[in-house]
Amino acid sequence: MKVLVPVKRVLDYNVKVRVKSDQTGVDLANVKMAMNPFDEIAVEEAVRLKEKGTVTEIVAVSIGVAQCEAILRTALAMGADRGLLIETDQDLEPLAVAKVLKAVVAQENPDIVLMGKQAIDGDNNATGQMLSALLDWPQATFASKVEIAGSEALVTREVDGGLQTLGVQLPAVITTDLRLNEPRYASLPNIMKAKKKPLDTRALADYGVDAAARLTVVKVTEPAKRSAGIKVDSADALIANLKTAGVL
Amino acid sequence: MAVLVIADHDGAHLRDTTLKVITAAQKLSGDIDVLVYGEASAVAAQAAAAAGVRKVLTAESAELKADIAEAVSALIVSLAGGYDAIALPATASGKNVAPRIAAALDVSIISDVIDVVAGDTFVHPIYAGNALETVKTADAKKVLTVRPTAFAPVAATGGSAAVEAVAVPAVTLKTRFVSDEKVVSDRPELGAAKVVVSGGRALGSADEFKAVLEPLADKLGAAVGASRAAVDAGYAPNDYQVGQTGKVVAPELYIAVGISGAIQHLAGMKDSKVIVAINKDPEAPIFQVADFGLVEDYKTAVPALLKALG
Ligand SMILES: Cc1cc2nc3c(=O)[nH]c(=O)nc-3n(C[C@H](O)[C@H](O)[C@H](O)COP(=O)(O)OP(=O)(O)OC[C@H]3O[C@@H](n4cnc5c(N)ncnc54)[C@H](O)[C@@H]3O)c2cc1C
Ligand SMILES: Cc1cc2nc3c(=O)[nH]c(=O)nc-3n(C[C@H](O)[C@H](O)[C@H](O)COP(=O)(O)OP(=O)(O)OC[C@H]3O[C@@H](n4cnc5c(N)ncnc54)[C@H](O)[C@@H]3O)c2cc1C
Repeated sequence: MKVLVPVKRVLDYNVKVRVKSDQTGVDLANVKMAMNPFDEIAVEEAVRLKEKGTVTEIVAVSIGVAQCEAILRTALAMGADRGLLIETDQDLEPLAVAKVLKAVVAQENPDIVLMGKQAIDGDNNATGQMLSALLDWPQATFASKVEIAGSEALVTREVDGGLQTLGVQLPAVITTDLRLNEPRYASLPNIMKAKKKPLDTRALADYGVDAAARLTVVKVTEPAKRSAGIKVDSADALIANLKTAGVL
Repeated sequence: MAVLVIADHDGAHLRDTTLKVITAAQKLSGDIDVLVYGEASAVAAQAAAAAGVRKVLTAESAELKADIAEAVSALIVSLAGGYDAIALPATASGKNVAPRIAAALDVSIISDVIDVVAGDTFVHPIYAGNALETVKTADAKKVLTVRPTAFAPVAATGGSAAVEAVAVPAVTLKTRFVSDEKVVSDRPELGAAKVVVSGGRALGSADEFKAVLEPLADKLGAAVGASRAAVDAGYAPNDYQVGQTGKVVAPELYIAVGISGAIQHLAGMKDSKVIVAINKDPEAPIFQVADFGLVEDYKTAVPALLKALG
């Protein structure tokens, strides 16, 4: 069984986000970038399925600038077998990413596309669902547990009000939630080994996909700041203040 | 221009979120239809009574009730021809299906809309709410998810829309429903509550989480929330998580107990009207957004609060 894991290069989640003063976007110059945390979870899950013997090959794919190679190497160091970098300087919208991934699926024929439920930059939570629509595959989003039973994946999902378990026929798209697993740190020997694993680079144009932007960014602004209030020294003082504020 | 709003409900009650999505939809058009799918009969009447609704559409089947994405998106796509925009609540259910609908219609998705600037221009948060992006779409048909906390509800009564059942398209599903494990609670829902009491890693165990927070929540008629750390550690169910990747809440009063205030958590609660933080570390970042901070061990602070509330 083969798994395709799309991984996105994003601003590291510990980095403070700064909006550019000209309102054109978020300042990404000279800041630490990393693999989207949900995609690390997806890589980890794929590696665990391989360790169990369910999966035989893991291909990690990233669409973006040349520096995405670094996060593909991370995926390889965690246990992916091959990397595919589809290079572009264009910022792709989820629909365009899904169209490119559809073309990759046609070449690679994976049984499962295992991906993050959301990228922590765009926060769209969209690409997996779009890909499954384009492929006409079933989808199991927000997974907190994945079990493969023959030609079906049993997926427990984090939904409104609790959990839901679905059985999806393979091939399928599965998107990861936070509690699916805790991703491993790549060991030094594995990081060294990853440097020798195959990594193919292609141009976006090779895929002949309409990746034109549908959205134009009018502006990016900072949200209204909340200012710190006051410290109170007792429960009684707190309640008095809440009564004055009209919320009790 | 007409808008199709997808109702948020539990089979018996129309959720407040629906009324808020209608408000957002009104900024696009006066012609608003509401689709109630799943177990629709009781809820359809409530949707018909909501102010500003033109027509209520209902669709029932087992797959729709189980909220299977393939079935729900096929239904909505079958209705899309009659609308210029489709608006869903930005709940787990809405987020699961909206991008699937958008891709099927070959349009982009606009996620988590917090403001409608014009018929084609929307504001939505990115980077855990640390930036607000205004985007203009070139797509003729718009598919949006709407963040309910950003809009006031329309009146729940006063409307008298007609109710009409629509055909459920036949789809060969490659998904089977196995089971549900829903948290049942008498408390108000997290997304709709006026007061939310949330606990963090500091609580240390599921028993402690319950023993400390529930009496306070009961006293205040509050919903209970949690940080990711508390959910990951099993102190609280996943549905309680507030934050960038959990629920977004904006109650009148948010009380954070033993929560440090990571940006991912703040993303889910910083639009609350009044924020209270109880944390024994005076340097905890939560104090930077709290209106009222109590620097104290929760073990003494919460009982004192309960006592003071009488
Ligand atoms: C006009 C415009 C301006 C933009 N400006 C910026 C900007 O300044 N900075 C910036 O960082 N982004 C920018 N973007 C990109 C945008 O913020 C999102 O990254 C993009 O729309 C994808 O959405 P998402 O990452 O939120 O997708 P989601 O749907 O949240 O992602 C879900 C999953 O899809 C997969 N995935 C998504 N993208 C890729 C990819 N490229 N390669 C491999 N897998 C992927 C991953 O598995 C990920 O976990 C811009 C986009 C537009 C349309
Ligand atoms: C991709 C991603 C997504 C995430 N999404 C979310 C999300 O949606 N929601 C979310 O909440 N987090 C999210 N996180 C996690 C977030 O970064 C923090 O790790 C998390 O919010 C921390 O939870 P906490 O405040 O309970 O724990 P901690 O940060 O450990 O804070 C515990 C606090 O309790 C205080 N404390 C300890 N003992 C006591 C006591 N006896 N009395 C009073 N105070 C005490 C401490 O001083 C400390 O400030 C996400 C992280 C990532 C990487």
